[in-house]
Amino acid sequence: MHKILKKEKWSKEVFWMELEAEKIAKERKAGQFIILQLGGKYNERIPLTIADADSEKGTIQIVFQTVGETTHLLAKKEVGDSIANVLGPLGNPTKIEKVGTVVCVGGGIGVAPLFPIAQAMKAAGNKVKIILGARNKELVIMEDKMREVDPDLIITTDDGSYGRKALVTVPLKELCENEKIDEVVAIGPPIMMKFCAKTTEEFKVKTIVSLNTIMIDGTGMCGGCRVNIGGETKFVCVDGPEFDGHLVDWDNVLNRLGTYKSQEGEAHHKCHLDLKLAEGEA
Amino acid sequence: MLDRKEVESKAKSLIKDSYSQKEKMKIPAQEMMTQDPEQRILNMDEVALGYTESQAILEANRCLQCKTKPCIEGCPVRIDIPGFIKKIAEKDIEGAYDVISESSLLPSICGRVCPQESQCQKFCTVGKMFKDVDKSVGIGRLERYVADVMREQGNENLPKIENSTGKKVAVVGSGPASISAAADLRKAGHEVFMFEALHKGGGVLVYGIPEFRLPKEIVAKELNKLEKMGVHIETNFLVGRTRKLQDLLDKDGFSAIFIGTGAGLPKFLNIPGENNIGVFSANEYLTRSNLMYSYDKKLSKTPQFISKKVAVFGGGNVAMDSARTALRLGAESVTIVYRRSKEELPARREEVHHAIEEGVKFLFLHSPLEVCADEKQKVTGVKLITCELGEPDASGRRRPVQIEGTEAVFECDTVIVAIGNNSNPLIKLTTPEIETNRRGNFVVNDETMETSITGVYAGGDIVLGAATVIKAMGQGRKAAKSMNEFLKK
Repeated sequence: MHKILKKEKWSKEVFWMELEAEKIAKERKAGQFIILQLGGKYNERIPLTIADADSEKGTIQIVFQTVGETTHLLAKKEVGDSIANVLGPLGNPTKIEKVGTVVCVGGGIGVAPLFPIAQAMKAAGNKVKIILGARNKELVIMEDKMREVDPDLIITTDDGSYGRKALVTVPLKELCENEKIDEVVAIGPPIMMKFCAKTTEEFKVKTIVSLNTIMIDGTGMCGGCRVNIGGETKFVCVDGPEFDGHLVDWDNVLNRLGTYKSQEGEAHHKCHLDLKLAEGEA
Repeated sequence: MLDRKEVESKAKSLIKDSYSQKEKMKIPAQEMMTQDPEQRILNMDEVALGYTESQAILEANRCLQCKTKPCIEGCPVRIDIPGFIKKIAEKDIEGAYDVISESSLLPSICGRVCPQESQCQKFCTVGKMFKDVDKSVGIGRLERYVADVMREQGNENLPKIENSTGKKVAVVGSGPASISAAADLRKAGHEVFMFEALHKGGGVLVYGIPEFRLPKEIVAKELNKLEKMGVHIETNFLVGRTRKLQDLLDKDGFSAIFIGTGAGLPKFLNIPGENNIGVFSANEYLTRSNLMYSYDKKLSKTPQFISKKVAVFGGGNVAMDSARTALRLGAESVTIVYRRSKEELPARREEVHHAIEEGVKFLFLHSPLEVCADEKQKVTGVKLITCELGEPDASGRRRPVQIEGTEAVFECDTVIVAIGNNSNPLIKLTTPEIETNRRGNFVVNDETMETSITGVYAGGDIVLGAATVIKAMGQGRKAAKSMNEFLKK
């Protein structure tokens, strides 16, 4: 059992939690993820990225958005409650090297897993530039922590309620045009990562993305997470989660994410009814 | 159809106090009752219902107790088969159980899932005399009967545990190889920790084999028994990620490790379109249903793809399981596409029979070339090519040869790939010094099951490639035996 030690509500749909997970905290490195199951026979297993960890305290931090039934149930849990099953750390850690100038692009809750990577990139001696994007001001997360890594970070929102009214690809393109960028790390919604990769392609800047696909076991057993990378089938759980964004078959990634769309839509709606929540509210 | 009472009384009326060899040959082979095919595809309950008491006694009397005992040679763990059957004939079920227990730890499971017709029953003298393997003594069914009676009676005689050796041993995985290794290691007095990556133990017995073939309650009881023996089962622990193998040895005080992580990396068809929407590995399809209960559409939070027309590729037990699961999940039509002919199907004969009874269709001598899809990458069919059988290949089976110009599209919305598994790569990935062959299977010493790392042993599908429950169990026991020797030093 993994006790919830702290919980914060960052916006209507975004939550942060600190959990007891001693073994995971000890082994975990930037870029890795967990799979969580809320106990009992019928709960599903969902992958979540690890935002941060404290190996001495034996805790990990997760940030999640209430998009499906399980994330809604998770959001209902309070400090002192426990999560029955947490498996991790899964996936390969991010390769942290000194390459020169690294642009870290985070979209939505993708900013959470990006933070430890940006931190490590800086610690490795890179010049780190950060772009944060969100739908609106309310959904911009971890601005202060990210500002510690890059005081000049750029914020964009879709509606212009905060920072620049633009998609993250606009400042990303400007950076690529104006100076020599050695590597881009983009984590966020797949559509954002797709367009970040498209943007950097013409500048031939290596672009790492972190894929969050359908997944059951997380150990290579089910193959539900498979993706086309440069014409080859790879498993996100054992070969990833990070891949060269220029080699990812994005249409396939996006289509595969929609495999259970009809059932999930129904479940989400039912979940709001059962939990007596308004849509857009968790 | 007769009900259970009628079957029992019919069998009872045929029982005599003693039989001559000639009379034994005249006893009709006993069939297990099964759920009616039309009914059973509407539920997930077990299909085969097991012998009644008198059926078991009758069937046991069909055994000639021949001197040569060829059946034992056919059993991977060499159960004293005539010995336990004799006890059943004498109505001593506990005695029969004790005989089985000398060699096998999981009779209720093996009685259900062993391919008896290619093992013990293949060599049975009775079957040989009738020149029909289907007329062999129903050894598997008798084994299952004994185990079920003992379980229903709540008989839980725990084996004797030797005094503590003070040594800690890790068992990685919780499938059949690991269960048997853990039991034998524990019996020798070691402290045993079993590490399972999923949130529930049992490995392939739980995520792979469906409820209608192996009720999960039976697997849960076996794991429960291990816990009562004092084995610690740690779920949500992925050796290689949660903790490295080498750290278990160097830092965590484990004196030896058994690896039974199975063949957990599904093979795909390696054809264009294999990642289209609606293509699943049998592992994924079955795991959703078996481990995550997606068949319970009301309660399970794990979705299952809604299918009308399903094509299953492969011809083994996993293909049969996938096809029969798809029917139970509501598919209108399910076809198993196999590149060889019916004779070469590697599945258990009983599973093929049950699949046919349930309405699964078979398309033999066809091989897939491409998964077709619409503009949203949703599966619309599979382009197939007809094959003919050529010369035997390395496996001894005749090789399918594609006939040019016979390409045609088979329409379907779901493709399930059940063509086998490669070894799970995680331990190798995080323990590069462990030696594997080109298929990723661990290389072990045949005598001891020790890997290239001293103190680390392996068994089951991680060594064999995808094989059977009983072979995995046999290897688990073999490894445990040499580990117990190793730990004496």
